[in-house]
Amino acid sequence: MTDITATPAEPVGNDRAPVGAAPGIAALQHVAPPAPPGPMSNALVFGWRAILKFRHVPEQLFDLVMTPIMFTLLFTFVFGGALAGSPGDYLQFFLPGILVQTVVFNSVYSGMGLSTDFQKGLFDRFRTLPIWSLAPFAGLMVGDMLRHLIAGAIILGIGLILGYRPEAGAVGTVLAFAMLLSIGFGMGWVFIVLGLLVRTPMTVMTLGFTILFPITFASNIMVDPATMPDWLRSFVDVNPVSLMATALRGLMSGTATLTQIGLALIAPVVLTLTLAPLVLWLYRRR
Amino acid sequence: MTNDTTHLAIHARGLVRRFGDLTAVAGIDLDVRRGMIFAVLGPNGAGKTTLLRMLATLTAPDAGTATVMGHDITAAPQKVRASIAMTGQFASLDEDLTGRDNMMMLARLWGFRGSAARARADQLLAAFELSAAARKQVKNYSGGMRRRLDIAASLIVTPGVLFLDEPTTGLDPSARQGVWQLIRQLADSGVTILLTTQYLEEADQLAERIAVIDHGRKIAEGTSRELKAATGSGVLHVSLVDQTQLDAAADLLANRLGAVVQRSPEGAELSILAGTAADANAALTALIADGFTVADFRMGAPSLDEVFFALTGKADTSTPMQSPLEKAAP
Repeated sequence: MTDITATPAEPVGNDRAPVGAAPGIAALQHVAPPAPPGPMSNALVFGWRAILKFRHVPEQLFDLVMTPIMFTLLFTFVFGGALAGSPGDYLQFFLPGILVQTVVFNSVYSGMGLSTDFQKGLFDRFRTLPIWSLAPFAGLMVGDMLRHLIAGAIILGIGLILGYRPEAGAVGTVLAFAMLLSIGFGMGWVFIVLGLLVRTPMTVMTLGFTILFPITFASNIMVDPATMPDWLRSFVDVNPVSLMATALRGLMSGTATLTQIGLALIAPVVLTLTLAPLVLWLYRRR
Repeated sequence: MTNDTTHLAIHARGLVRRFGDLTAVAGIDLDVRRGMIFAVLGPNGAGKTTLLRMLATLTAPDAGTATVMGHDITAAPQKVRASIAMTGQFASLDEDLTGRDNMMMLARLWGFRGSAARARADQLLAAFELSAAARKQVKNYSGGMRRRLDIAASLIVTPGVLFLDEPTTGLDPSARQGVWQLIRQLADSGVTILLTTQYLEEADQLAERIAVIDHGRKIAEGTSRELKAATGSGVLHVSLVDQTQLDAAADLLANRLGAVVQRSPEGAELSILAGTAADANAALTALIADGFTVADFRMGAPSLDEVFFALTGKADTSTPMQSPLEKAAP
């Protein structure tokens, strides 16, 4: 403690308090680690962090829902009449699709967040902790699921106000949201990989939307592919986003078949099985 | 291997790490006794950070072995992680969260639950004089506050070894003093500290032992006193009125002081390591006695470049590296 008194006077301001004043770090006792927490406990801490982010940065919710809200209003009222006869009929067709698009687009944000964390060195700290290696990513996923639920609920709410009615009622809607979460979970891996590979969050976003715009527009989300040229239609028919939108429409209208649900889940399952190990490998290699 | 090295906090042999064609660390041995402050001194790109990252299990070595607190960094990285903490070059904190949230997050990751996590976070925040700012987002912290929070975050559980990568880079002088005090107090409490720095003064102020590294190799190691003995008491800078006499003056100084004369980049000033102030005096007197008109002279503490020059000038040929000065010399 002697060197404290020996130091030249320091300006004492709010941000520059003299270090070592009472109680001071000299008063800190040696603290041994508590019992090591399990993987789930680690993951939940990261999930808690994602929730805190909502509280501290509520603006991010605005980013998440503004685009889908604009899309819903524009397509329903500007194109809806021309595309489906009336805005009301079009909304009935379009709303499940825009839910898929919302979730798919929102998965870009976790990649951006990851890239930011890496840039700031935050992950270096996580990686020097004796925790489950995948915990930070599991935590990101918890945050993602929450984001998908909130954004999905807001879009559905707006749809209901505008006159959308899910024929399958509450049960169908709950099942549809379960499907949305599976889609978000699968797509999330794509952007976690990008977040691990790309240095700047802006590039993750640009790259993400470069991939996502073609695959969401060249799908059956906005229009019935019947009027598309054959070459495009053959792509649209097998586009995973189309399969997801079809399944979601089916679930919300109560007409979904097991085949539709199975086809929609192919992409999320394949992405998870291939990209989760890749994420772990990339993470350990960095 | 661990039998005779249990008293060592860090024991590294032949660590190598390459990034593509670049060999960042080219075979470094390091022994750091428990409880000491050890500084790794070197310029940008010398391999300091890579060395630290290997020891902290963030980067895998391409060759070589190391134990930290008795645990092998490749075979038992989780055990190493349980006994270290690392504060990186840039504050590794979540800027969107408050200082307290950051501390609680880390406390929970270590396994503290509920009120225990809160208590530990508040205790550390108080000890680091951050209680008043605990509920502010970290993005609103000053540089010195961030650094303090960053170090506090490394002490949730008392680490065996604390790695500090350039702990005062970018801080103003008073914040730097604050961090120096922190580091000394931590060392007093028994924590082994391995820090990297570009500043000779910082290593001199803090560290019991200093390793000087350049181009991925350790070119010297010793106490601050030992290193200074290699560089003499300082550097004599001389400039002449008549520029055409510079070569002759350089020869005279080199003969008198037994060291190599360096020209400033503009060529107008001569610099040479002087063993003692008396030696410098004598050389200067001889210069004037020989009829040279000295325009200006001064004694300066050796810069990092000059320490490098002195060390590499003495170093045997087994360390084939160039000091920054050798490269800069015409």
